[in-house]
Amino acid sequence: MNFDTIGKPRRRVDGRAKATGQLRFADDLAAARMLHCRLLRSPHPHALIESIDVSRAQSHPGVHLVLTGEQFPIPYGIMPVAQDEHALARERVRFVGDPVAAVVATDEQTAGEALGLIEVKYRPLATVSSPEEALANPEPRIHDYGEQGNIHRNQSYEFGDVDEALAKSDHVFEDLFFYEGNTHLPMEQQASLASIEGDGKLLLQTSTQNPHYLHRQLARVLQLPAAHIRVIATPNGGGFGGKCDPANHEFVVCKAALLLGRPVKICLNREEVFYQHRGRHPVLMKFRTGVTKEGRLTAMHLQTLLDGGAYGSHGPASTFYTGVLTPVTYELPRFKFEACRTFTNKPACGPKRGHGTPQPRFGQEVQLDKIAAKLGLDPAALRLNMVTKPDSLTASWLRIGSTGLAECIRKVVEMSGWNDKHRKLPPGRGVGLACSSYMCGAGVSIYWNKLPHSGVQLLLDRSGQVTVYCGATELGQGSDDVLAAIISEALGIDPSFVRCVTGDTGITPIDLGSYSSRVTIMMGNAALQAAGRVREQLAAACAAQLDTLPERVRFSRGRVYAAGEPGKAMSFVEAVALAEAKFGTLGAVGSYSPPKAPGRYKGAGVGPSPAYSFSACVLETEVDPQTGWITVPKIWIAHDIGQAINPVLARGQVIGGVYMGLGEALMEEQAFRRLPAKLSGALVHRTPSMLEYKSLTSLDMPEVEVALIEDPDPNCPYGAKEVGQGPLLPVMPALANAVYDAVGVRIDEVPITPDKVLRALEKKARGEAPRVGPESFPAVPYPAPMFVLPPWEGGDGSEVKKNDAAAVV
Amino acid sequence: MSAVPDRVHMTLRVNGEALPVSFAPYKTLLEVLREDLNLTGTKHGCELGECGACAVLVDGEPLLSCLELALACEGREIQTVEGLANGNELHPLQAAFADVGGSQCGYCTSGMLMTAKALLDKEPAPSRERIKEAIAGNLCRCTGYQQIWESIEQAARVLREKRK
Repeated sequence: MNFDTIGKPRRRVDGRAKATGQLRFADDLAAARMLHCRLLRSPHPHALIESIDVSRAQSHPGVHLVLTGEQFPIPYGIMPVAQDEHALARERVRFVGDPVAAVVATDEQTAGEALGLIEVKYRPLATVSSPEEALANPEPRIHDYGEQGNIHRNQSYEFGDVDEALAKSDHVFEDLFFYEGNTHLPMEQQASLASIEGDGKLLLQTSTQNPHYLHRQLARVLQLPAAHIRVIATPNGGGFGGKCDPANHEFVVCKAALLLGRPVKICLNREEVFYQHRGRHPVLMKFRTGVTKEGRLTAMHLQTLLDGGAYGSHGPASTFYTGVLTPVTYELPRFKFEACRTFTNKPACGPKRGHGTPQPRFGQEVQLDKIAAKLGLDPAALRLNMVTKPDSLTASWLRIGSTGLAECIRKVVEMSGWNDKHRKLPPGRGVGLACSSYMCGAGVSIYWNKLPHSGVQLLLDRSGQVTVYCGATELGQGSDDVLAAIISEALGIDPSFVRCVTGDTGITPIDLGSYSSRVTIMMGNAALQAAGRVREQLAAACAAQLDTLPERVRFSRGRVYAAGEPGKAMSFVEAVALAEAKFGTLGAVGSYSPPKAPGRYKGAGVGPSPAYSFSACVLETEVDPQTGWITVPKIWIAHDIGQAINPVLARGQVIGGVYMGLGEALMEEQAFRRLPAKLSGALVHRTPSMLEYKSLTSLDMPEVEVALIEDPDPNCPYGAKEVGQGPLLPVMPALANAVYDAVGVRIDEVPITPDKVLRALEKKARGEAPRVGPESFPAVPYPAPMFVLPPWEGGDGSEVKKNDAAAVV
Repeated sequence: MSAVPDRVHMTLRVNGEALPVSFAPYKTLLEVLREDLNLTGTKHGCELGECGACAVLVDGEPLLSCLELALACEGREIQTVEGLANGNELHPLQAAFADVGGSQCGYCTSGMLMTAKALLDKEPAPSRERIKEAIAGNLCRCTGYQQIWESIEQAARVLREKRK
């Protein structure tokens, strides 16, 4: 299609404010009479609070208020089924860093001094450091809810008889993988400013990705009508999922502002950001995969075990995501998926870019590389031979619409010179290939409702300015730019005539938030609906003057004209004035709800999406056999984006995703250790600082060559699919596969570090299996599976009794 | 009773202006810029000298403002992102970061811009390797650095054209 704005490289709408330092992040805000808050955090990983004495802190000069769990009787949590957090701990702390008390004082320094005057008596409890320990030690329970003992979630699904299919397969591959946890590490530390507005209502300006969900939780915890609370999501200095959960400090500053009648601000320090976490779950995985001798999948049995940390967070969703998107990339006739999330005494895990899917995608794509090697097939050809078809269903009843995966594979093979490199580079050098898919927005909301997922409102007046309101939040991903681009394309005006007002529950229509790669698709479709309604008004008002029919009125480049008769034209501003004269104040609303998912079994709501993006990646590496050091000189990636809205930003999202994936693949670890017994035996974060939590610097980052595959998806605005999360996913397995190609060892574990490579090389030299990775999978008491027949075996997407299934077929 | 500690009063030279300011003596240059002079364009990511977000120029050299006491900056020429544009005209680095993807969330941008300015002031035509080295102390979590390198290269080209 021929667009004016869509697909053209352009300065992002917020680019100038960012480059001049004018953009106000949460900690850049200040207010008259503002006080400062700091949190006291638990030094124990698991303990009962026997008493808290705040009297000395309370009387410390400059202290205005000390809060404890007493003031926060009502629990919260992002998911309705996991309301297990309190703003400040009551009775029990569950990880080192769990907030216990808060001090509000004239400045941060004073607040910090007063924290040291709070006396808390703890009675330490036995701690759980891993899922294996959680399974082995049902007592003491970290929470008094969940499946049993320290198991938070436990589930099993089977789509067709998997054991039967495996038994009939030419080969069955069984592999174990482990993916270590890691964290978002946004450059901006979380900050919040709570105040009471002139009308007496509470205002919270905060670094959040999800102002709507936060708004609901604030109303609940503070026992205020939601209409008396306004949440403004300030521009986020990076989110990556880390600012999705409502956070302790947000409730604390609100409560303090309500009690004191003064603005109260908090900014977490960097160490606290590691405790707030909600990042990548450590996941242990077991894949049993059947293939034919030609290398086509027959069935897969995937088991996952998640280390959830101390709270529920998004855990119920994360648990699903360690499996539900696995069947999207390749044709898989039967699929069994069992998943278990345990509580442990560490900061809670939650959603990080790719939410729950990078872990199984790593295992799946490394196992495919092993299958290709064993069967003597080219890994690219193996994959190309079984990519899912457009407009098809998976065994688990996910509907795949458009797919550019085959094109992505062909493109990276061509760009990287794969055919001349794979198994052909000199020893120590190698290439690896991997693919992935991600959703374009979760098909159902986090809380059950029948309401739209995104709303957009447009306001126009005779000045020619178009103001667009939407609850979506800008994290840096460019959601404001997408909104401005879609409105300007639909109305045929320059983006500079569009003013975006976003992320403000006091002003903007509800959008569920910046998560699950949903904003471009859902906000974009809502914006298109609103713009279409405005266009109808404008066309109706101008048609007579243009001497044409309303349906023949066109909008482009600031002009409104009759189709095929460019002489019959007026400016957009004139058209708006005509319409304002005819209809009165001009505006329109639009909203969007995703299509209903085809699956009808309980749990079918996690995984469906209006569309799926696809990516393929080739990564080249050099491995030093003496030191195990891994160098990555170049990465090629093709991403099926449907249609790029602003190619500069789209390319930036792809490279940024590759960067974050490579950091996870090589070095990033949110890992813990026990202090020696004489130092309390506490379970502490190994590296809660930016210096020690290793991430890639400018010197470590290879060049990335990006291809955007554009095949517009009919469910998406102007065909545009997601780009924020998908391109991260293939990078980790591509590295593992490249290391194998370089030195012939398998590292079935992320991160892939030099010590692991060396250990594997030593094993190889000793004639042992040249592999480093998990050696066993514990006995997890998964429940009996919910059995559903795949679409091609009959049934209607509902649960059936497994024994009756044969009769149905 | 007030807990505000004793304050010192001095004049700091910031972006070519002499700015009188009083502040608690333990405050870093970062804190005085942001909290006492309301120059919040300079950001912080760690306040421990690990991330580079707070980089400003002091006497033309990049300096992590979270590690320097404001007291130590008397008489020195401090440049922040607020002083980078020429009136309403963006510095070529700012324009390039906005145009070619050097800035995503924008949080590391100020530190990147000031560090890059110090480089281009000394080396008008740096190689990509030199650019990578120059910003190696500035972390960015969004871009993967590539569009930052490209932004600095574009700005260097524009600046060289201007000098002709």
